Amino acid sequence: MATAAARGTVGGRTHDAPDGAGDGAGDPLVGSAGHERAFDAAVAADERIEPRDWMPDAYRATLVRQIAQHAHSEIIGMQPEANWITRAPSLRRKAILMAKVQDEAGHGLYLYSAAETLGTSREELLDKLHSGRQKYSSIFNYPTLTWADVGAIGWLVDGAAITNQVPLCRCSYGPYARAMVRICKEESFHQRQGYELLLALSRGTPEQHAMAQDAVDRWWWPSLMMFGPPDDESQHSAQSMAWKIKRHSNDELRQRFVDICVPQAESLGLTLPDPDLRWNEERGHHDFGPIDWAEFRDVLKGNGPCNEERLSRRRRSHEEGAWVREAAAAHAAKHANGETGATRT
Amino acid sequence: MVLSHRLGEWAGNAPVLEEEVALANIALDLLGQARVLLSTAGDEDELAFLREERAFRNLQLVEQPNGDFAHTIVRQLYFSTYQHLLHTELAAGDGPFAPLAGKAVKEVSYHRDHAEQWTLRLGDGTDTSRARTQRAVDALWRYTGEMFQPVEGLDIDWPALETAWLERIARVLLRATLTVPEGPRVGAWAAGAGRQGLHTESFGRMLAEMQHLHRSHPGATW
Repeated sequence: MATAAARGTVGGRTHDAPDGAGDGAGDPLVGSAGHERAFDAAVAADERIEPRDWMPDAYRATLVRQIAQHAHSEIIGMQPEANWITRAPSLRRKAILMAKVQDEAGHGLYLYSAAETLGTSREELLDKLHSGRQKYSSIFNYPTLTWADVGAIGWLVDGAAITNQVPLCRCSYGPYARAMVRICKEESFHQRQGYELLLALSRGTPEQHAMAQDAVDRWWWPSLMMFGPPDDESQHSAQSMAWKIKRHSNDELRQRFVDICVPQAESLGLTLPDPDLRWNEERGHHDFGPIDWAEFRDVLKGNGPCNEERLSRRRRSHEEGAWVREAAAAHAAKHANGETGATRT
Repeated sequence: MVLSHRLGEWAGNAPVLEEEVALANIALDLLGQARVLLSTAGDEDELAFLREERAFRNLQLVEQPNGDFAHTIVRQLYFSTYQHLLHTELAAGDGPFAPLAGKAVKEVSYHRDHAEQWTLRLGDGTDTSRARTQRAVDALWRYTGEMFQPVEGLDIDWPALETAWLERIARVLLRATLTVPEGPRVGAWAAGAGRQGLHTESFGRMLAEMQHLHRSHPGATW
């Protein structure tokens, strides 16, 4: 928790804090009820929960699940875009795409670090990803079939991610909130680049324009699914909102995203593939057609177009890299004292 | 540009996340250097996407397929050691490439450091990693002689550059508990070599992939 007052009340340390100093032994308030009251008060006062603060087990578990899933999405999300690095049509676009995929690896690293502050490890989380016990965003189970898909991912997928993630910059858990501040800055940049890529195509030759439209047609609905199930079916939402991990409901964020995208599509000169999409004066929002939740559930269950491919490729990279990680560990162990083994230049 | 492309093929496949970042970083630096060079000579995209294989002048070393991580690291060690020496010398002169080389040398010294550290880790790591790295050291050795063939228009003491390169490489390999290969570094297999537009077989397929989209839309802008 951010303030000394909150820290004082709680004793400020959890049972698994590395040093156990400041343990509240002898403090009458430090029973679990006292901890819980202080935690609730800190959340209510919009204070940040920090790694050494006491937190409910379920809060910890929810955050580990959510941050891990977020990290995994960054890592798996490299694949659909990396698919086009070697085929990028100009050197400028190739540089932009390489930088973006590199940023995603960096985001994965921040997020695994944030998850590690909750008492897990990157190895453990990767193991859960590889064995299918933890998920990643369903969107990355769709294939990138043309160059325009790189633009559609930037505009729509990163756009949806930002709509989801900006409120997370105010999330109650400090390390996650701070990671999101850094990530959102870079994501906004990627989103503008994606929009600009689509704009170049849309204003290009008829073939390029058609390529852009086709990509938007294929990515629009999956992007709307990124906000998760409708509010009445979202099992974690109420608790996450009470803990201020989430600040808005899935449907609220989805609506916000649609309202942002409609004018952008118009200025791109592209249409969105939804015959029911129209402005509703009364609500002050766009109405839009029904989402195919059966498809969403199917993809989540592992039956999307690329689920198998994404996960096997991820596993293969990890397995094929095992000897490299072992070599690095063996080298570090040999040179643990003094001599680092690094060449001085 | 060619080496940058090869490194780009690693995206999403690296053995650890940190290497995703590092390899992409090096690829981006190299692409940046290539764009400056190509733009000096003409239109960068025309030169990259519309030349045929026989018109490319890159070293055969940099077009070699990635192979395993050791193979990629040794290729990088050989090339960045060379690039560092070359750019240092170019930057010190007053030729047309001095400003470019001055900027590149900073990037390349990072690349060389990265490659050297990994050579040490892999060579002096486990038995498996040493065997793989030695194999890469031996396999790529034959492509290293070409780097020191005089290039028209570059006023460089090539034999001195080669001596400095051999010394530095030998030092790193020995520290990594690896053996400096005894095999030849130039020969019939490289007759004419990359500088004359004679490439190895995998290069054509690399270009086919790289150029396909650009060539499918003649005259389009991206």
